[in-house]
Amino acid sequence: MFQHTRLNSDQSFFQKVKNLDYILIFCILTLSIVSLFIMYSTDGGEFLFHTKSHLIKLSVFFVLMLVISFFNIKLWHISSYFLYIATIVLLIWVSFYGIRVSGSQRWINLYFLVLQPSELMKIAVILCLAKYYHRINIEKVNSFVGISFALTIIIIPIILVLSQPDLGTSVLIACSGLIILWLGGVKIKYFFVSLITFLISLPFIISYLQPYQKLRILTFLDPDRDPLGAGYQIIQSKIAIGSGGFSGKGFLQGTQSYLDFLPEKHTDFIFTLFSEEFGFIGSIGLLLLYTIIIIRIVRIGTLSRSIFAKLFCFGFAFAIFIYITVNLSMVLGLLPIVGSPLPIMSYGGSSMLATMVGFGIVLSAKIHSKQVIA
Amino acid sequence: MINKNFGIRKSDIINRRMFIIGAAKLIIFGGLIARLFSLQINDNKKYLTLSDKNRIREWKLPPTRGNIVDYFGNIIAGNLKVYQLHVIPEQVENFNYLISRLKVILNLSNKRVEKIKKKKKQLKPWESLVVSENLSWDQFSKINNYLYELVGVKPVMTISRDYPFNDIYTHVLGYVSQPNENDILENEVIQEKFVPGIKIGKLGLEKTLENDLIGVNDIQRYEVNAYGKRINQLEYQKGKQGSKIRITLDTEVQKLCAELMDGKAGSISVMDIYTGEVIAMYSSPSYNPNSFLFGISQDEWQLIRNNPLKPLINKTLSGLYSPGSTIKPIVALSALENGIIDTNFKVKCKGKMELYGQTFHCWKEKGHGWMSLNNAMKQSCDTYFYEIARKLGVDKLKVTAERFGLGKKVLGEYFENEKAGQFPDTKWKINELGKGWVLGETLITGIGQGYTQTTPIQLCLMTAQIANGGYKIKPKILTDDNQLTSEQVKKAMQTTSLNEFNIPLYDDPKNIKIIQEAMFSSTNELYGTSYKSRIDDPKYQFAGKTGTAQVKRISKRERELDLKTFQIPYEERDHALYVAFGPYKNPRYSLSIIVEHGGSGSSAAAPMATKLFKLIVDRHQYRKQIPDYKEFNI
Repeated sequence: MFQHTRLNSDQSFFQKVKNLDYILIFCILTLSIVSLFIMYSTDGGEFLFHTKSHLIKLSVFFVLMLVISFFNIKLWHISSYFLYIATIVLLIWVSFYGIRVSGSQRWINLYFLVLQPSELMKIAVILCLAKYYHRINIEKVNSFVGISFALTIIIIPIILVLSQPDLGTSVLIACSGLIILWLGGVKIKYFFVSLITFLISLPFIISYLQPYQKLRILTFLDPDRDPLGAGYQIIQSKIAIGSGGFSGKGFLQGTQSYLDFLPEKHTDFIFTLFSEEFGFIGSIGLLLLYTIIIIRIVRIGTLSRSIFAKLFCFGFAFAIFIYITVNLSMVLGLLPIVGSPLPIMSYGGSSMLATMVGFGIVLSAKIHSKQVIA
Repeated sequence: MINKNFGIRKSDIINRRMFIIGAAKLIIFGGLIARLFSLQINDNKKYLTLSDKNRIREWKLPPTRGNIVDYFGNIIAGNLKVYQLHVIPEQVENFNYLISRLKVILNLSNKRVEKIKKKKKQLKPWESLVVSENLSWDQFSKINNYLYELVGVKPVMTISRDYPFNDIYTHVLGYVSQPNENDILENEVIQEKFVPGIKIGKLGLEKTLENDLIGVNDIQRYEVNAYGKRINQLEYQKGKQGSKIRITLDTEVQKLCAELMDGKAGSISVMDIYTGEVIAMYSSPSYNPNSFLFGISQDEWQLIRNNPLKPLINKTLSGLYSPGSTIKPIVALSALENGIIDTNFKVKCKGKMELYGQTFHCWKEKGHGWMSLNNAMKQSCDTYFYEIARKLGVDKLKVTAERFGLGKKVLGEYFENEKAGQFPDTKWKINELGKGWVLGETLITGIGQGYTQTTPIQLCLMTAQIANGGYKIKPKILTDDNQLTSEQVKKAMQTTSLNEFNIPLYDDPKNIKIIQEAMFSSTNELYGTSYKSRIDDPKYQFAGKTGTAQVKRISKRERELDLKTFQIPYEERDHALYVAFGPYKNPRYSLSIIVEHGGSGSSAAAPMATKLFKLIVDRHQYRKQIPDYKEFNI
């Protein structure tokens, strides 16, 4: 018992190195390199600001991921609630003192990094709920108090993020949170009940939306409504992807991007550029890479002995999956445009930081898979 | 222990639910792949097209018009290098400063500067501003010297239409100018090739042959970015100059026509009597089509517009005149053909005849005495023709007149403004005027007055068909690839086999001969109306018929006064007409001359024919020498 309660694990450094999941690391590394090439392409085939900055962040965060992986998984278990509360504080702080860009107030300027706390919240919610379901007695899971507490953990950040306003991120936080509830054993009927409640309250939610958010949803339903305005992005995105064809236009040959027809090509629409240049084959390859990453994370979760590690891995895997799905559905014209980056590929520090931290915790769970958390 | 059990139960739930989620993930990823497949594989072509449409912009440049050359290959409508000054607004930092500099360098007027500023406001973002369309070489080189300080200024060398013979060919060629909205809407070819600055045919052959002449645009294909800025040139697609059009006219003859008509209003037409080729076609006065290329000035336009001699009207094709006595060959022919008269038939001219309660005067007050056909034609005795017209009737006369091309357009397919004229008959009068035919009208129709209206080209065609022995010809103004020479056509007419060249317009060939001889007498025998204009040299000798068309009915008082032409106000003077063919021994060409208000045909029109036949016959040897004019240097 004694050794299990220690924060320092019983493994030596070399044992830890040996226990790293090299397939996962290899996949993350490959993805990082691909993302660097694409960033280089968005910079018009020159080693410019975005590529440089992306390279620096990737390197720093990759090292950070490896460092985190050597910490005992228990450390995250202990600090989960604290991290969650700290992130909430950051979110509140942002709503007062954050940087405002085109109507949204989401960022804190840390000078070396413009931090977007809502991105960190995606991880914090998973950590927090994983700890909650790790600790809670299974009989209490479906009790009123049990469900209420879990929902509160999800709802507080959602309200804060929605007020920024950031519909995309709040939806993603909700999804990651709810999936842990489901995994934690909440009965399926409650999900149906809340879905119905959600549908009933939809008119209220819509009236709460900002005009531009409403417009985006309307535009999604009929992109040709306003081809040069709100519909422009999705039309140009489809043109870029569609014109890529089977094998793509070739690296640095994507005319849609090169001639600036693609909006937000560095960030949310990075896949569009990738798909234009590397085509159907490239896109399938990229999806395959993501799939392997998700499968590896799920496998680590399955092998973990602690519920906390298991829930975190599954939750994180699902989060990665949902980010990819939402992003791709958006650029492929299957979902309304909500700001949602593609993990690792998109330019942006906070999202990358959160993702790399998540990978770090997963790798730690691998190293400490036999760790039992009381 | 309890914890551990809980842990196992929890794990079970978590793992089971995770399995469900995993399956859902697979399905969703499958959906995404399906969507990718549909966009990138199924609809690839559609999106590739859209992506090219996004990025590729075409800039069309004005096409080079085809040259129009005369029969001998001389360019009569060509293209000339012109120097222009364009300003590319996106490169200019301070437009007002630039304009003030240009104003000084080019010596522009304030009015011009205002115009340029106004033009700039109407410009589309990718268009360049044309500051000057036609710079002199001095101005052009001056601009090039100052180019280092004139950022955004682009000296351009381009091509403009040029009419080297100025006003000689105006009514044949027309002119080119910037198209208006209607021009663009009406013609799909222009629509397709339109670029700002293009010039299109506005009149004459330039207009009717627009689609052949216009050529194919040079096309520059550029890649542009999302903001419409040119990134790089992808392709320069060379256009094609429009087709070269070779017309049948002879510049030398055309020039002489212009010379002869100098200061007069009217028209001269010359035609090959076998091939129907129009050798000359000049309407006077003319104007310089080069004035229209860069926009004609208001003053110059007013001068042309208000000229009482009406230079804007193509009198050859749309001037309507009473044929006067030039119709007499047809009247005589009709009477012969219908068996009303023969060469022995005689009428006694007493200077006037009383008929249907009216008096019909001969031009010769004292009368001609007994007149045979030949004599009547020679001296143009009106009384004789009153009499045979009366016997013939207007309806039969019309049949003959129509056969010879009166009342029908001659070159209508090439000239929109040609008029058909009219030759009346009883039906026509009922239909058009709602009144019955009065017999007296037949008489005046017989001397080419009354309702008859002809164009100069019709009279020329009529004469040509008399001259070639009475065969139908189709007048033409364009040469064609397999054209036959006069000799070949003549030979074809003489053979018995019927083909397109020998549809006879007569019933008895003797009758044509009689008319030809009568016309010969009129010019070459003493007392003939155009005897003074004859040429004795058989090489140039011609036959003709004068005509004097009244513009105004002559009152009794005026008849008694017997005023000389110069004593009458200009617009009341008679039109002078002359039709002729020659050389008489071996006819080749016919002509018609009309001098508006020139007085009598014998004094104002016939003398021109003398000079014309000398030139036409001399030119004939060159004309027949060139099966391929390209090798012929003249």
